[in-house]
Amino acid sequence: MAFRPETAKPLNELAEILLHAPNSLTPGERELIATYVSSQNDCYFCQTVHGAIAAAHLEGDEELVRCVKADFGTADISEKLKALLAIAGKVQQGGKHVTAADVEAARQQGATDTEIHDTILIAAAFCMYNRYVDGLDTWQPKDEELYRQRGRKTAKEGYVTMSKEYLPQDSSA
Amino acid sequence: MPHISLSEELPGISSAFQFRPETAMPMRELAHILLHEPCSLSPGERELIATYVSSLNECYFCQTSHGAAAACHLGGGETVRQVHADFQQAPISEKLKRLLVIAGQVQRGGKSVTRSAVDAAREVGATDMEIHDTVLIAAAFCMYNRYVDGLATWQPHDEAMYTQMGAHLAREGYRTPSIRSPSEE
Repeated sequence: MAFRPETAKPLNELAEILLHAPNSLTPGERELIATYVSSQNDCYFCQTVHGAIAAAHLEGDEELVRCVKADFGTADISEKLKALLAIAGKVQQGGKHVTAADVEAARQQGATDTEIHDTILIAAAFCMYNRYVDGLDTWQPKDEELYRQRGRKTAKEGYVTMSKEYLPQDSSA
Repeated sequence: MPHISLSEELPGISSAFQFRPETAMPMRELAHILLHEPCSLSPGERELIATYVSSLNECYFCQTSHGAAAACHLGGGETVRQVHADFQQAPISEKLKRLLVIAGQVQRGGKSVTRSAVDAAREVGATDMEIHDTVLIAAAFCMYNRYVDGLATWQPHDEAMYTQMGAHLAREGYRTPSIRSPSEE
């Protein structure tokens, strides 16, 4: 991100809208979708940082985050979120894998068009972020406490504010 | 039929952008910077990378619209067709061939990118910025393609429409809609 501030800006803005801005899905639910897709893509950095942000939103419940990654069908989350995670998993495999039946199942649990849209876009966006992080072979520290601290801060402040730590500031702002 | 209620007048990603303008804005901006703004790789070369990744992801709308934009930048569709068939035999630079190898690895997954593929691109003059942008273009199209197909957007098989879109994209870039619904005209 710091290597190319021009592209970092829209990348952070997209994450901010999808994961942090007010929405009928809670930030914790949306971070769980991001974490799940990142774990399906085997991206250590993204699943750990977004897992930490999810836990921060969910009163520090790291066990729930682990359950969602391991087998969301048995996790203590709503049926609606399970149906949305099923859609996210299909998107991870490829856009054409999403079926009308998957979408109908989510609707049966009360998912709205915007929630379905955002689930698909969160999953698609993490197929980008994960590839960006791993494709460049970025340095990914293994210190979990570091992710925990950063997770709490990002959960509170959001992505655009956090990005100011490493991006040059716009003089007109 | 699209999975959610999208405009019946707008094809592909345009309908999704209209449905959710808040996310459309950074997605348009990202495409504009990666594909249209001045960079040491020409816009035609970058559109070829986007087209190639979209064809690996079998996204009809994206490969056809970006293929049309590439054709417009390159003065004809023959190179686009040859890259699609077998880029190693296409009339493009050795550097672009090696960047396309990296893009294909990104399409399979970030961890598939090999040190030797990056070294091979560097040997023929690819800079860190060009390698970065190739990785990000390929990664971004793994998003755009999934977005377009994951929503089951309407993707008409109308060559004239894509030619017109490609010309608009090549000329104006991505900040403004390349296609308007008839009701907006």
